[in-house]
Amino acid sequence: MTTSIFFHPSLILIFGALLLPFIRGPFRQPYLMIVPIITFINVVYLGFSPGIYGEVSFLDWQLIFGRVDSLSNVFAFIMALMAVIGTLYGLHVKDEWQHIAAWFYVAGSLGAIYSGDYLSLFLFWEMMAFASTFLVWFNRDDADAPAAGFRYLLVHTFGGLLLLMGFVLRYQATGSIAFELLDYENSRLYTWLIMSGLMLNAAVVPLHSWLPDAYSKATITGSVFMCAFTTKTAIYTLARACAGFDILIYLGVAMALYGIIYAIIENDIRRLLGWEIISQVGYMVAGVGIGTALAINGTAAHAFAHILYKGLLFMGAGAIIHATGKSKFTELGGLYKKMPLTMLFMLIGGFSVSAFPFFSGFVSKSIIIAASYQEHLLVIGFLLTMVSAGTFLVAGLRLPYLLFFSENRCDESTFEKATDPPWNMLLAMIAAGLLCFVIGSYLPFLYSMLPYQDIAYYAPYDSYHLSETLQILAFTGLGFMLFKNRIGARASINLDLDWFYRRSGKIFLWLAENPIQWFDTLWGKAYRVVGLYSLMTTARFWAWFDWHGIDGLLDGSARGVRSFGRRLSQIMQRGNIQMTICYTVSFVAVIMIAFIWL
Amino acid sequence: MIKIIDYILERRKQASSVLVVFIIGIFFWSLSVDTTHAHTWAEKHIPGFWSLFGIVSCIVLIFVARWFSSAGISRGEDYYDN
Repeated sequence: MTTSIFFHPSLILIFGALLLPFIRGPFRQPYLMIVPIITFINVVYLGFSPGIYGEVSFLDWQLIFGRVDSLSNVFAFIMALMAVIGTLYGLHVKDEWQHIAAWFYVAGSLGAIYSGDYLSLFLFWEMMAFASTFLVWFNRDDADAPAAGFRYLLVHTFGGLLLLMGFVLRYQATGSIAFELLDYENSRLYTWLIMSGLMLNAAVVPLHSWLPDAYSKATITGSVFMCAFTTKTAIYTLARACAGFDILIYLGVAMALYGIIYAIIENDIRRLLGWEIISQVGYMVAGVGIGTALAINGTAAHAFAHILYKGLLFMGAGAIIHATGKSKFTELGGLYKKMPLTMLFMLIGGFSVSAFPFFSGFVSKSIIIAASYQEHLLVIGFLLTMVSAGTFLVAGLRLPYLLFFSENRCDESTFEKATDPPWNMLLAMIAAGLLCFVIGSYLPFLYSMLPYQDIAYYAPYDSYHLSETLQILAFTGLGFMLFKNRIGARASINLDLDWFYRRSGKIFLWLAENPIQWFDTLWGKAYRVVGLYSLMTTARFWAWFDWHGIDGLLDGSARGVRSFGRRLSQIMQRGNIQMTICYTVSFVAVIMIAFIWL
Repeated sequence: MIKIIDYILERRKQASSVLVVFIIGIFFWSLSVDTTHAHTWAEKHIPGFWSLFGIVSCIVLIFVARWFSSAGISRGEDYYDN
């Protein structure tokens, strides 16, 4: 099958990132643009020649790094396009490490999309998790960012381990590491483990709390990247492995509702957008659960449209935070006077997510809802339509109202500082905004890329669908006019399931500091008084004997081991928790691999 | 653009009435749309079904969210700092 030339797009980004520190001065900005553009061209080129590439034999396994087919193509296309737009948005950022982390993150996403086996998928999966954690850690403007980064990393390490356990068990049972559709009828423990591992990255309720937490703490450009890649790569993998799993329909609807309810009461711009990602990804998860050709087309189309409009909304939010340094509705408001262009693009993003006719959400979201009706899942269809009203309420009305049109809640210096962002950020917003409009108005652009081409040309612009959408939008607008003060800005946070791990850590710490510490001190005292003296005397004798008697015989090997151990501990145990986590995860991975190999 | 928004915001009442007229217009237009291909009985037989659905959804979501927030999950912003 391997006929044409294959060069993995991820490698371009990885090499590009490794070379970046050496490209300085006037060459930096052109270089930053060229690398993602070449990656994008490579992805488009691969799209024309589907097939299986990059097969590598490793131990007993056949790794596949390049499975290029209609499903991987559409996801890789939008990811590579978003990498170009995201890098353009962050072009002014001087800190090269942020660009390096972002590119490694995109490389992980593209690698996961093209991989045809679980082992290479896992490699890229972890690359995404680690690289994106740095996008949170690099945010030096928020004192809570390091802690949020650790929470994000720990949750994703847990998800990665679920996936690892799943595919190792599956390998033991079936002897295959091929990354393909799982058997739902004969599901085993490994089926559920793999699904849970993938679901965690898709932020499926109840494995979702990491998303608003991390996305609201990341750097401004970091959150633009993060909003696109993790969840949508996970949607791709779910569509690959778990299409037609009924349970995903219900989980998807649950997350669509749960996300929108939290978004209605949220006070932080990026947390609100994060909740709305959960809600929108809910449509995609439900689409994967329905699993028919129409539903998978809808899922791919909605992921495509979603990456652009959500990227646009995060870019707008980033522009506001960049200019004012504030991210809470209670500290913003009335900004249309100072940031009219940002307002315009956030409105375009809001119209797109709310499924206004001629904007992207209209032509993508409706495919999933139509697929649910086609399968006679009427309640699911109605609930998803209800969330669609909620989406307009949140992103089309509440968000722009609280930021731009409501009374000015900024303090004087914040309002003074507020201004539209620099040219590169604006250009990225123009590109994303235009694409939202093109997708919604020129149907072949998106529909010609969908996985099932024989039914790809869905017709969203019939008069019944138009009247349905316009009525819902209009009457949601009326509802907002009547009740907008009930969902205004309030300085509060809303507890979510992350409470359990954020608080249980504190409870554990208290236990460790109080009863456990007390017992340890008592035990230590007793031990010193009773046992230590006699033990030390004996030990000294044996140490002397060992050193001079036995070690002399063994040609100084004990000394050798000791000095080696000291050096090893100097390298390995630096007290740096990131490194320790990395070693531990690698160690577990090696043991697991050894376990299945032997 | 700023001037247009200023102009509209100075005339909030008139702007709201224009919107309401627009909303009513959409409602009446929807009555003329063919519903024979709709999926459910309700869509076919209740005039302006989606208008009703839109406003009920909006109000239900607002009040469920308000209730949910006041049912005990709402906390001060420094909750996790202590």
